[in-house]
Amino acid sequence: MNKNAIITGLIIFVLAVLSPFWFNMITATQAAPEPELLGKAKTEKNCVLNKYEMRANHMALLDEWRDSVVRNADRMYESANGHSFNMSLSTGENSCLGCHEDKTKFCDKCHTYASVDPYCWECHTNPKEIR
Amino acid sequence: MMEKSRRSFLKVAGIAAIGLGAAPAMNFAASDSHGTAHAVKSKNKKALHAQRWGMVIDTNKITDEVVESIVEACHKAHNVPDFNIEVDEKKYPNTRPVNHKQEVKWIWEEEFHNAFPDKEDEFLAEKFHDLPFLVTCNHCKNAPCVQACPTQATFKREDGIVMMDFHRCIGCRFCMAACPFGSRNFNFRDPRPFIEEVNPTFPTRSKGVVEKCNFCAERLAKGELPHCVEASEGAIVFGDLEDSESDIRVLLNENYTIRRKQSLGTEPSVYYIM
Amino acid sequence: MLEIAIKGSKNYWLWIVFLLAVMGAGGIFYIDQFMNGLMTTGMSRDVSWGFYIANFTFLVGVAAGGVMVVIPYYLHDYEKFHRITILGEFLAVASLIMCLLFIIVDLGQPTRAFNVMLYPSPKSMLFYDMLVLNGYLFLNIVVGWKILEAERNQVEPAWWTKPLIYLSIPFAIGIHTVTAYLYCGLPGRGFWLTAILAPRFLASAFAAGPAFLIILCYIIRKFTKFDPGWEAMQTLSKIVCYALIANLFFFVCEVFVSYYSNIPSHKAHVQYLLFGYHGYHALVPWMWTSMILMTTGAIFLLIPPLRNNKTLLPFTCAMIIFGVWIDKALGMISGGFVPSPLHHVTEYAPTGPEIMISFGVYAIGFLVLTILYKLATQVKEEVRG
Repeated sequence: MNKNAIITGLIIFVLAVLSPFWFNMITATQAAPEPELLGKAKTEKNCVLNKYEMRANHMALLDEWRDSVVRNADRMYESANGHSFNMSLSTGENSCLGCHEDKTKFCDKCHTYASVDPYCWECHTNPKEIR
Repeated sequence: MMEKSRRSFLKVAGIAAIGLGAAPAMNFAASDSHGTAHAVKSKNKKALHAQRWGMVIDTNKITDEVVESIVEACHKAHNVPDFNIEVDEKKYPNTRPVNHKQEVKWIWEEEFHNAFPDKEDEFLAEKFHDLPFLVTCNHCKNAPCVQACPTQATFKREDGIVMMDFHRCIGCRFCMAACPFGSRNFNFRDPRPFIEEVNPTFPTRSKGVVEKCNFCAERLAKGELPHCVEASEGAIVFGDLEDSESDIRVLLNENYTIRRKQSLGTEPSVYYIM
Repeated sequence: MLEIAIKGSKNYWLWIVFLLAVMGAGGIFYIDQFMNGLMTTGMSRDVSWGFYIANFTFLVGVAAGGVMVVIPYYLHDYEKFHRITILGEFLAVASLIMCLLFIIVDLGQPTRAFNVMLYPSPKSMLFYDMLVLNGYLFLNIVVGWKILEAERNQVEPAWWTKPLIYLSIPFAIGIHTVTAYLYCGLPGRGFWLTAILAPRFLASAFAAGPAFLIILCYIIRKFTKFDPGWEAMQTLSKIVCYALIANLFFFVCEVFVSYYSNIPSHKAHVQYLLFGYHGYHALVPWMWTSMILMTTGAIFLLIPPLRNNKTLLPFTCAMIIFGVWIDKALGMISGGFVPSPLHHVTEYAPTGPEIMISFGVYAIGFLVLTILYKLATQVKEEVRG
């Protein structure tokens, strides 16, 4: 094979493979998303876990919570920092949405950016959408 | 010779890949990455407790109106879809026509010979011909549906309630085949278009999972009685079957009661005073 | 060895393309079902299992029927079956793949199918079904492949294939017994709550499986240079004959027990199937067709000149397979659900999408079968030629 053809092909290949990166660099206008803290979440400043643990582990946490509520009938959660929460996604004042209020301004911000589509909302309702 | 070394290269590469892949998994398993090691999970202080929840339905107090308010209370509170409503075209465009044979009902009325098919009687007392009988999940002590479920998505809780874990259900419908009472429902389609007013305090279900009466476990957890009991105007009494001093045991002691298909030995927890 | 499958005649490729087209059509309908739910099927609250599980049950039988060639050769050195054990094993592989696919397409939440393995439920028959079906599939793939490879390379197969083959025999009995146990252990379904369900399943399996194998032997004789052996096919037809008579006898037993004891809850289901119940009679013509087909098939197989008639035999087998299919798939499933536990009647018929998806699954199975049989026959042609 011709040496020039190979090198040209390689360069085109590398560019194609890296295309998501330079495409984003050119077109995207935002950096990482900022979920908005509203209502009680803003004032309380003390969530179930600290920010970094929540960001990394909230999926596992919700998984534990749902098993705990449905299978063991345990609905109250006292976190390490002493606060009491209702192990529920959307029901009641001490639930996730009870403090964080709006799914579109909080949950969806990161999820949409990361192209994650959790199926929680197929069953769990968002109180704001109903009203 | 080329084949031998290519084969051994692939073997080594495969083992290396498994090893590399296993490392993070083992790290995760070994570490305490949940972050909830010091948290405490408990029940609500107001929650009602029992060793075995049961229900007595006094059929003499059940009228068509009572049945209607019971069914409405239960189905509205639990976001049970109603295939008879007009679907909101704007919110749910292109909804396909309903198949009423795929309905969902947690509690409903039946005639005597359907509720108690093993008690066929040519000379049945006249009044029982037209009386409405409420039927629902019996939360059996030896529930065949619990035995059948391959994922334990339907399971028996400590307090006797046969619960559904909608997160785990794979929709195989083995439990529906197993139930001797026809109490179970499958979501053949997304129920949301058929819920007129969504109750925000209880989730809906998605398509592809089985559902049924849950003895209002979410209300018992807050210290409240099930919806059907509250709407029944005293026709339904709910309590702990294992507590010899509960209202329900008093009723069972004073009246002759029957249960559906008793001879099958599933030990239903729903009794009927005739 | 797979490279054999991509060299074939024009007819071979036409057949493959046809199968792919059916798979594609089935796939399109399945996407609709996956996105919109099982509402596209004819199943209902009362009849919660339908065409998919019906075909699954029938195909488990066909897969178990493969053991009918394995036992005589490996346990009793019946040389005439030497050349067709691989055909039986590969038929089992294709049938099992179809079984597993039928279960997947029947699930309401197929993405959660792995939950059955993540949360083992030792009391559930579906758990054991998952174990034995996958186990038997694994055994047949490994054993079939290894033995064929050894034949191609003109060496003895590896020593560990022998114990695996012996293991596959109880597994074969196991798959259909466990599948029968799914049904016959349910207290609420009087039609299925009978000890004879498992024996009936096995009898119909040993009728339909080898009958299908006989037809496949005919096809192989026509399209390849490999001859499975007319004597082997004759022995198979005798096996089908007696298995079929057993199946018919068991059915007569069932009818006798329901009708003579006259218990309404037991009688109602048989009545619905054979004579109609309270005006509902959708299945009556199907059941009688099935009985006629199976009885005629049994007679043709009993009479030696008819059994040994080379032109008649494939038609007899086709009749038997169709008759057994109606009895096992349509009759058993609908009979169990009608009337319902509350004595309501909701009849069932599969919808168009349901049938298309089922055809798609069958097409996948036939594709696997075609490829595997191409390998087997080609290797045997090479070795003998």
